[in-house]
Amino acid sequence: MSIRHALLALLSEGPKYGLRLREEFEAGTGEVWPLNIGQVYTTLQRLERDGLAESDGEAQDSPQKRFRITEAGRDELFSWLRTPPDMSSPPRDELVIKVLVALRIPGTDVSALIQVHRRYLVELMQQWTRIKEAQAEHDLALSLAVDAELYRLDAVVRWLDAADGRIRRAAVLPPPPARSDLPRLKNRSGVTP
Amino acid sequence: MTMLELRRVSKVYGQGPAQVHAMREVDLAVEPGTMVAVMGPSGSGKSTLLTIAGSLEEPSAGQVLVGGQDLAALSRNDKARLRRRSIGFVFQDFNLLPGLTAAENVALPLELDGVSARKAHQAGLRELDALGLADRAAHFPDQLSGGERQRVAIARAVVGGRQLLLADEPSGALDSANGDVVLRMIRTACAQGVAAVVVTHDAQLASWADRVVFIRDGRVIDQTVPAPGPESLLGQHR
Repeated sequence: MSIRHALLALLSEGPKYGLRLREEFEAGTGEVWPLNIGQVYTTLQRLERDGLAESDGEAQDSPQKRFRITEAGRDELFSWLRTPPDMSSPPRDELVIKVLVALRIPGTDVSALIQVHRRYLVELMQQWTRIKEAQAEHDLALSLAVDAELYRLDAVVRWLDAADGRIRRAAVLPPPPARSDLPRLKNRSGVTP
Repeated sequence: MTMLELRRVSKVYGQGPAQVHAMREVDLAVEPGTMVAVMGPSGSGKSTLLTIAGSLEEPSAGQVLVGGQDLAALSRNDKARLRRRSIGFVFQDFNLLPGLTAAENVALPLELDGVSARKAHQAGLRELDALGLADRAAHFPDQLSGGERQRVAIARAVVGGRQLLLADEPSGALDSANGDVVLRMIRTACAQGVAAVVVTHDAQLASWADRVVFIRDGRVIDQTVPAPGPESLLGQHR
């Protein structure tokens, strides 16, 4: 989330002084917003310049200056909220690559290797769950942020489980047909055969 | 004292070429006040582990101790009494009796153990109250949500001070918010001294446990090491 949109979101609750914005920004960052206090004031200036926020026009750069969101600012905020982030081309996944590489190294116990990663992920999930257990029952924002981490890690564990199952099944199946008979993936990336 | 201990427990079903090794020399110790998750895919032997720990099945080899008592040394009746007094079971599909209210369901194990109906009912109400379900005591299972049913099932499992809770995918039929409530309840029971063993394939459920034991082909292959405090994660974000 950009500082720009974080500030617009805070201003959408009502007009606020620069100092208060800075405090709320700091308090609200914990799990959701990136913390870079230094940029709060320069970003406010830019919001004003772009007509997304306006101020009382008192002393320049004073923490006492009061800001409010404009109609254009609201439009910008809601347009940002509705725009899906780009998830079409995920980053190259290091764990996937490690498992694929392991498959090519003779004598590797891929199941044992998968377990090393599975255990690490479950240990991380235990820590996140402790946070949820200790603090989050009534803290909705923190619950949601912790859930996001848990689901993300859970998806990786599930992939490892699925990979483990496939690899075990493949070990007892007859060898695959020659490579040239196989359909090719277009624009295949990752490990080159 | 260790609440549940499995010593080199094996279980074999069938004979000859049809033999299936459901458990192979499994060691497991669960202390009072701790929750252990046994995590593995279907067919890994985790449900067999639970039924053997609960004395519903006998191992082919090895020893099972509940509260320090060797199950092999107990008569059928003694085992049944141990099950009624010390062990509570929770299943994915709740298994409440539809013709009984929540309070009557919770009171049932005590009544079966010879406690008078009135005293058992009072104990049932106390347990429901302690678990935040007092206002549901007179409801029948079909008047309760899935999450509430499972919470009643947990109350039934720990009523009368039973110290070993054995659960098979206890949040499997629930959405994540209700699943969390159920897991919080199991953690609360543990905080009061109960030892819990939860078997699951689900990493999110397993992550509620103090320790996660990984099982594959009937064998314990690995377990988590005690996690560092949550500060280590929050630190990255502040």
